[in-house]
Amino acid sequence: MTITAPGQAAADAAAAPVGVQGRGPWQLAWERLRRDPVAVVSAATLVLITVAAVAAPLVAHAVGHGPDDQYHDIGVTTAGLPVGPSRTFLLGTDNLGRDLLVRILYGARISLLVGVVATVAATVAGVVVGLAAGYLGGAVDVVLARFMDMVLSFPYLLLAIALVSVFGSSLTISMLVIAFFSWAAIGRVVRGQALSIREKEYVEASWSIGSGPLRVMFVDILPNLLAPVLVLATLLVPAAIVFEATLSFLGLGVPPPTPTWGGMLSDSLGFYQVAWWFPLFPGLALLATTLAFNLLGDSVRDALDPAARRAGGGDR
Amino acid sequence: MAQRAGVTDEVLLRLDGVVKHFPVGHGLFGGRDADAVHAVDGVSLEVHRGETLGLVGETGSGKSTLARCATRLHTLTAGRVVFDGHDISTLSRHELRPYRRQLQMVFQDPYGSLNPHRRVGSIIGDPLAVHGVTAAVARRRRVQELMETVGLNPEHYNRFPAEFSGGQRQRVGVARALALRPRLIICDEPVSALDVSIRAQILNLLADLQRELDLTYLFISHDLSVVRQVSDRVAVMYLGKLAEVAPVAELYHRPRHPYVAALLSAVPVADPDLADRRERIILAGDPPSPIHPPAGCRFHPRCPKAQPRCAAEVPALEPRTGDGAAHPTACHFPVEAGDDLRRTAVVGR
Repeated sequence: MTITAPGQAAADAAAAPVGVQGRGPWQLAWERLRRDPVAVVSAATLVLITVAAVAAPLVAHAVGHGPDDQYHDIGVTTAGLPVGPSRTFLLGTDNLGRDLLVRILYGARISLLVGVVATVAATVAGVVVGLAAGYLGGAVDVVLARFMDMVLSFPYLLLAIALVSVFGSSLTISMLVIAFFSWAAIGRVVRGQALSIREKEYVEASWSIGSGPLRVMFVDILPNLLAPVLVLATLLVPAAIVFEATLSFLGLGVPPPTPTWGGMLSDSLGFYQVAWWFPLFPGLALLATTLAFNLLGDSVRDALDPAARRAGGGDR
Repeated sequence: MAQRAGVTDEVLLRLDGVVKHFPVGHGLFGGRDADAVHAVDGVSLEVHRGETLGLVGETGSGKSTLARCATRLHTLTAGRVVFDGHDISTLSRHELRPYRRQLQMVFQDPYGSLNPHRRVGSIIGDPLAVHGVTAAVARRRRVQELMETVGLNPEHYNRFPAEFSGGQRQRVGVARALALRPRLIICDEPVSALDVSIRAQILNLLADLQRELDLTYLFISHDLSVVRQVSDRVAVMYLGKLAEVAPVAELYHRPRHPYVAALLSAVPVADPDLADRRERIILAGDPPSPIHPPAGCRFHPRCPKAQPRCAAEVPALEPRTGDGAAHPTACHFPVEAGDDLRRTAVVGR
């Protein structure tokens, strides 16, 4: 930079008035993610599912069947069994003569809502508690870390059953229960990261220029532990969706007649031998959604930490 | 010896009996008080305005801890840090702020000392932002000025640390330390993580900056040849205590502490004939544990000249017979010309 012709320097300044724009860790990860076909396909699938969930009322209007409308005449056979896929009911009906397609789309709303809201709540709680434990250390850390270990070692299904029987089953309770059993996993990772980042020289450097604790915590430490949090959160969404489906399957989730994938699978238990479409389509919806989230989570991890991918399973 | 231009006798930083112990043993109920790493154990040292004081010692001798005590990154267990006549050893974070501006630090690891998620312009501008000394627009100009001062392209303002080489990153670290126009910069092994070819560039940069900006350095290193090159005076640490302090030429030509003599005899010499003729003192054993340091002189278990008195009585850091006031040594039986330290060293094992 010292050996620059005068004209050259002027040309450089004119060409780049804002200076050279660097690419940070997030931008680099984003570019890697965009080039990953698995990530692109998973993301596209998730966008499709989200659009379908949002458009559920439109579909219901188009086919003329509401999610809770029971068609006792055309929706069930004379023996009272579900009818298979046809032009009227594209994916068939359930045991009460309701349109499976419409119910699956409405079920997607519950699944996505629960998955995203519970994950966001769990992530915020996990980051706050983990950061406090790792950054403050000492007695605070001992108490918080033991508490997280305790939450992680709960027999969660038993506790969920107990909680629902006390508070009654509802959408809010489902989300709270799922968030409560998920945040500790994130909290532990954040704590570990904060413990190690706290000792980095750039944190010392920040103290040495006179930064206060809030600046150190949120400017120096937090951005450096968001990468594993993002990966965990992406993988937490499908776990939360499956958790919700499990609760609904057991009758502990969102109460009927609200359509949920878990509830539909539960209803189909007595009919799978005579109505293959009844368990199949809700099951496929659940599978596609969780698979897409899981693959996307793996891709996000690879994009954020390319070295781990090379060490793990070779180049894709 | 004539003083280098700019070096004064005025004391800018005085460490007065600084002690730093780290408690060890984090059981469920915390460690016992009895166990502690005696990282720094009673160090008194003066840094004069305008000079470069080299602080040498092997890994674990407490030199980095001492630096972090001087900048108050560590709280002192005992002792005082006096900067420009003000005792800063017990000030709160807020009271410390005006002194932070005058006392900055350059760190060892050019990779670890820069936050990977921040642009170098922000990193260099951080001290200005934290101390609120310049508005955002003026800050950018000042940062680009600083980048130019340390030999970085100001157009790289928006780059991230990962886009720079080790030497360039260390220049970023230097620019950050310069941002608040400090008077004293503590350099904690600023070149030990760099390639040999890059070292000279950074050392020259530091020397140029010292001349232009009237800076004082406390320069920490385990590399004796680097310290010799940059320092006006040198202090040698062993196991949390100072062994010897002397003007650079005096220390390298006439070391009085047996440990310093042994260290200097281990410096590689480029001339093979000279290397063959030289007496190489080989010390017995490893440095003892800083959790249970030896009684008396800490060097006595490894010292070729050790006497019963050395195990009983801690030697004071004071000028010994024949030395000037600027050359104190913490040894009861300092090295005299003609001492053969080799033979006794092996017997000492």
